[in-house]
Amino acid sequence: MGSEEFVFLLIGLKWTVLLSAVGFVCGCLAGLGVALARTSGIPLLERITAIYIGIFQGTPLLMQLFVTYYGLALIGLKLDAWVAVAIGLTLHASAYLGEIWRGSIEAVPRGQTEAAKALSLKYVSRMKDVILPQAIGISLPATIGFLVQLIKGTSLASIVGFTELTRAGNIISNQIFQPLTVFGIVGALYFLMCCPLTIIGARLEQRFNAAHAR
Amino acid sequence: MTTATASVQSPITGEAVITMSHVEKWYDAFQALHDINMSVRKGERIVLCGPSGSGKSTLIRCINHLESYEKGEIRVGGILLGNQAKAIDAIRREVGMVFQQFNLFPHLTVLENCMLAPMRALGVGKTEAADRARSLLARVKILEQAEKYPIQLSGGQQQRVAIARALCMRPKIMLFDEPTSALDPEMVKEVLDTMISLAEEGMTMICVTHEMGFARQVADRVIFMASGAIVEEAHPGEFFTNPRHERTRKFLGEILRN
Repeated sequence: MGSEEFVFLLIGLKWTVLLSAVGFVCGCLAGLGVALARTSGIPLLERITAIYIGIFQGTPLLMQLFVTYYGLALIGLKLDAWVAVAIGLTLHASAYLGEIWRGSIEAVPRGQTEAAKALSLKYVSRMKDVILPQAIGISLPATIGFLVQLIKGTSLASIVGFTELTRAGNIISNQIFQPLTVFGIVGALYFLMCCPLTIIGARLEQRFNAAHAR
Repeated sequence: MTTATASVQSPITGEAVITMSHVEKWYDAFQALHDINMSVRKGERIVLCGPSGSGKSTLIRCINHLESYEKGEIRVGGILLGNQAKAIDAIRREVGMVFQQFNLFPHLTVLENCMLAPMRALGVGKTEAADRARSLLARVKILEQAEKYPIQLSGGQQQRVAIARALCMRPKIMLFDEPTSALDPEMVKEVLDTMISLAEEGMTMICVTHEMGFARQVADRVIFMASGAIVEEAHPGEFFTNPRHERTRKFLGEILRN
């Protein structure tokens, strides 16, 4: 395998990183909204978000990407593959992160909310200053775990013709007939992305726990 | 022997800062509070006692709307406590609360615990909030722990921080919900001493507690509840030596035996 092929893989890697980053950042923002709606105490809002989470947890990511790519095109929204996949990943991530964080928010003892209320803190401050900082610590292992899943999940974007790392590997492999070498490298590149995250996650977790259990 | 009267006059006279009239509360089919009528004057110290499940905690949690009530009327500082966010907020700024489980914010230092509410709810500046927090931490004799996290403190110390945190809002009324029940016996005194000094400075207080020594020493009135209703209220002297109701006698017999 020559340097030209390797560069082609690296370009694929760039798209994988970008897709993961967009999916995670947008997914986090939307997921926070989902988690807050899911714990709002407003029955209608809670039911709608429960259905939303149910749909995205209950169907394969592959199908979700199909629907955002071909489905949106059917209703007249002809989107670039990149945009369609980014939307699909965002929706997917927001549902999973929303559910992870709902659980974390609910795992913060009720006395914390009561103390904050008794101190006259309003909803935004109660969440921002009291509940979420504790919920984040609780959610870290699951959140990092999901991020790693999401990075690997971006490989499904190849199905709508998007040339990210996996598809780039496929193309090169078909050209030079060295599948073992090519996919070995592709696998190593995924590992290099995911493994540091796991390590960083463990570090963050330690720090959060340290603040609580010194 | 004094004649039993329906409502006991406290030596404290002055405006009523809390009035509850005909308050009733249900949890679904279970009635938690029955026709509660009570008024607390400025500077009065009330001890609320009664067997477990008698509604004491529910009653004081209604005063700052941690619990809602279905019937009757509660007024705090002249404000009618209904479901309007504005009234609830106004009342919570005047009423501090101390919980059985302390409920300090574990991710914030002792000092930050005390600074948060004045900054966020009252709009006090950071420097002033820190000054205020330090002076109140000094007052509960725990200033040297200001930079520590709650988990690093003993239960008694945590509860004193919780008192300081509530006082940082400069409340006019303090509610104590079994503040010493979760403490090891050797730590009860430090918290009670803090509460006594607060009482001596004229703070209006309602304390749910089984510390009858505290009730004897500082209470202007003791209110005894059972099954969600007020059974008896009396000056502590009379309450302990000459309880009028059978249920009160039974309760006192049980807790004073220890």
